[in-house]
Amino acid sequence: MDIDHHEITVSVNGIRYTRRVESRLLLSDFLRHDLALAGTHVGCEHGVCGACTILLNGEPVRSCLMLAVQANNHELLTIEGLANKDGGYHPLQQAMHDHHGLQCGYCTPGILMTMTAFLDENNSPDEDEVREALSGNLCRCTGYQNIVDAVMSAAERMRG
Amino acid sequence: MSTRTFGEPIKRNEDRRLLTGQALFIDDVELPGMLHAALLRSQVAHARILRIDVTRALQRPGVIAAYVAGDLGDYWQPGPILVPPPPIEGIVFNERTQVPLAKDKVRHVGEPLVIVIAESRYIAEDAFDDIDVELEPLPAVVDLERGLAAASALVHDDVGSNVSAHVRQTKGNYAAAAAKADRIIKRRFWYEHGISSPIETRGVVAQWDSRANQMTVWDTTQAPVFVRNGLAGMLGLNERQVRVIAPFVGGGFGPKIMMFYPEEVLLPWVSMKLNRPVKWIEDRLEHFFATTHERGQIHDAEIALTSDGRILGIKDVFLHDGGAYDPYGLTVPINSQCTLLGPYVVPHYDSTFTQVFTNLPIVTPYRGAGRQHGVFVMERLLDFAANELNIDPAEIRRRNLIPPDAFPYKNEIIYQDFEPLEYDSGNYEPVLDMALEAIGYKTFRDEQAAARLQGRHLGIGVTCYVEGTGIGPYEGAKVQVQSNGKVSVATGIGTQGQGHLTVFAQIAADQLGVAVGDVDVVTGDTDQFYWGAGTFASRGAVVAGNAVNEASKVVRKKALKLAGDLFECSEEDLVIEDGKVSIVGIPEKFVKLGDLANQANPMRGAVQPGTEPGLESTQYFGPPMGATANGVHAMIVEMDPRTFELKILKYVVVHDCGTVINPMILAGQIHGGVAQGIGNAFYEKLVFDDQGQLLNASLADYLLPTALEVPRMELAHTVTKSPLNPMGIKGAGEAGAIPVGPLFAQAIEDALDLKGRGVELLEIPLSPSRLFELTRNAPR
Repeated sequence: MDIDHHEITVSVNGIRYTRRVESRLLLSDFLRHDLALAGTHVGCEHGVCGACTILLNGEPVRSCLMLAVQANNHELLTIEGLANKDGGYHPLQQAMHDHHGLQCGYCTPGILMTMTAFLDENNSPDEDEVREALSGNLCRCTGYQNIVDAVMSAAERMRG
Repeated sequence: MSTRTFGEPIKRNEDRRLLTGQALFIDDVELPGMLHAALLRSQVAHARILRIDVTRALQRPGVIAAYVAGDLGDYWQPGPILVPPPPIEGIVFNERTQVPLAKDKVRHVGEPLVIVIAESRYIAEDAFDDIDVELEPLPAVVDLERGLAAASALVHDDVGSNVSAHVRQTKGNYAAAAAKADRIIKRRFWYEHGISSPIETRGVVAQWDSRANQMTVWDTTQAPVFVRNGLAGMLGLNERQVRVIAPFVGGGFGPKIMMFYPEEVLLPWVSMKLNRPVKWIEDRLEHFFATTHERGQIHDAEIALTSDGRILGIKDVFLHDGGAYDPYGLTVPINSQCTLLGPYVVPHYDSTFTQVFTNLPIVTPYRGAGRQHGVFVMERLLDFAANELNIDPAEIRRRNLIPPDAFPYKNEIIYQDFEPLEYDSGNYEPVLDMALEAIGYKTFRDEQAAARLQGRHLGIGVTCYVEGTGIGPYEGAKVQVQSNGKVSVATGIGTQGQGHLTVFAQIAADQLGVAVGDVDVVTGDTDQFYWGAGTFASRGAVVAGNAVNEASKVVRKKALKLAGDLFECSEEDLVIEDGKVSIVGIPEKFVKLGDLANQANPMRGAVQPGTEPGLESTQYFGPPMGATANGVHAMIVEMDPRTFELKILKYVVVHDCGTVINPMILAGQIHGGVAQGIGNAFYEKLVFDDQGQLLNASLADYLLPTALEVPRMELAHTVTKSPLNPMGIKGAGEAGAIPVGPLFAQAIEDALDLKGRGVELLEIPLSPSRLFELTRNAPR
């Protein structure tokens, strides 16, 4: 197979990167291995588990279902960009810590990115809405209850 | 002493790295010059290998090497037996362990044929297209009963049958007891437990450093010390030349303790041969075949009772699907055999099982590790007995509970730790009472009737279980006060999300009077701690936790002794808190722990003979046998009688695992266990065809429960300390997952009035479509 390369420029967590990539390179692999932003995790590579979720122009997307070239000229946010510049937790990170919303932590970055976008859309969700929004992210450790509590608590805190 | 943290819901030390994307998982290991491996796997379950030709693959740009079994030379060996069979009289065990690459024959779909090494994973997988494989398919052994028939194809021709093992264990004399019984109830049960499916799959990175003569292996294993020892032997190295690191591991639940997976054997060999680091990360499709499963058993079981519902005895004959190889010995079926007895007085027991070789992936423990199967049989037998004898299901359980004055309670048969099964301590009835109270058992029948008038179908379930936890042999820990006053703890077990970095820190912090956040725990790095067994059988907190406690106590004693010498006072006059040792009542007279550690490592001067430098200690703990935890789950469901959609309205867990170190982390373990139990009971099923092909090998088809299926749970605990360790703790990791199958069966039967319609639920997993099949011909 002939391998074609493309030069792409993406902004990730506010930093611009220009790289030459193969057209078939997955966005998840690009982030993890080309940019060394390994906080985005890969769980299934078929778009079901949600671990690789990042924000593309503020919308949650599964980075395993996109090619790096498709992210050209877009703004991405990954788990590495969620905390404040001084390292302080985003309210959702703080709530996950406070409510024991993570165990092995492998699915956690995808959950944080999905639920960040969800709370941007709906800042006073009820439990059913949180569960619905969370249902595209698989967690095998927690049974979800503490994640749900964390999201509800973060929403309350973000409403101020 | 500082505020005691033991028993408090202390937030986790490990969270920051995990929440900010900074935790090192296996695929985050990046090394200069690293190569990538991909394994070409068999697409058929059973076949003779006629020819494998990798010539064309080697010509592809970017491909470095491609190896088949023959290329490994003497390095090609069947794996070691990980758990030898226990010493049971008359046992039959045919040891056939897995191989690094299939030679002559493939025995399950996914068994590796070729390992390709390339500059990228993409190229390595491209090269699969260039490899010519010629296989001669053979009939596949999939069905357990047909597999034992004389005419069956053989998974291992030289065994002469598909019997992997045969074991009979008895307690008392069942036949005599049955002869006196008022009632004997007999059924056939099918119980399938699926795959653990952690969100992180497996992976291995191996780096041979020829200058240092050192092999470093990063591995998603639950047992790094044994991987180190095994690899050293295979590679002809000293153990000290091999370092195995289990970094942050994204869930394990059992299958990550299996060894040696082919990739664990192959990657270090490839790295040595090519003198370059090499990485392999399992993809999700591979995970369905290349990581071990648990799967199914068929039980023909009978219970003998008096007319007032007292158990006289149980007889059980079962088949256990072992898969293509049996490296994990008999742990899973022995757990089924032993755990079936549950929290009940069963005076007579006669249990026989046959472990069957099949052309399916290997079976090894997955959270619960066979306990589910046994608990399902016992709990269902009691449900049918309650029905036939017209006794309330909770009441028949209560009548048979082991009374609190009967501990330690001897069940006589041999358990997975090779010791006679003995329950160390327990007080079962209050646990049942609390669960019934919490679920609203007394008022439920009224609620159910009222709901039925509105056309809603509610059902209730109550199930009991015990769990043997915290088995030996031993674990160790090294506790060391650093110059800056912080404390370092190292232990040999791996960690996969259990919160070890926090609970071990709590134990050390309490002994040494420092903050939990100032205790840095390292697990799973053989260069940090040399000895140990691993994380399995709900044993981390029990065995390693007690080792941390012992080592911390010695360090505390050392600190007090040094400070006593310094202040020329007796140790009883000293207090250790807030990172310092001070004289009681004179807080300004103190020395910091870090300074004491420094002073214990002088640069000049003579020391007393026998003096050890620094403030550190390494201690070990081995329990005489496992500690037995217990619990009761209760649930109310609502069923749609047409679609069989199931909604859990209430879920209660009451559990006793002895002393609790951190109730927040314990609750998380229970939540997660129940979630996996729910998946097992109603959503997750591995569907094989008669050729051994898995038909649903994706997470879109094999359904893990989501936030919509797992309900909010109400938890409560009682505490019956274990006498087997100084802290009185019992394990908790698997408990949540164990009794969920029979709970679903009981509650669904109740909701749909299946007893009245002559339908019994004798199998797990259930599902809406399976319930439709089972009830379609039943009267309404």
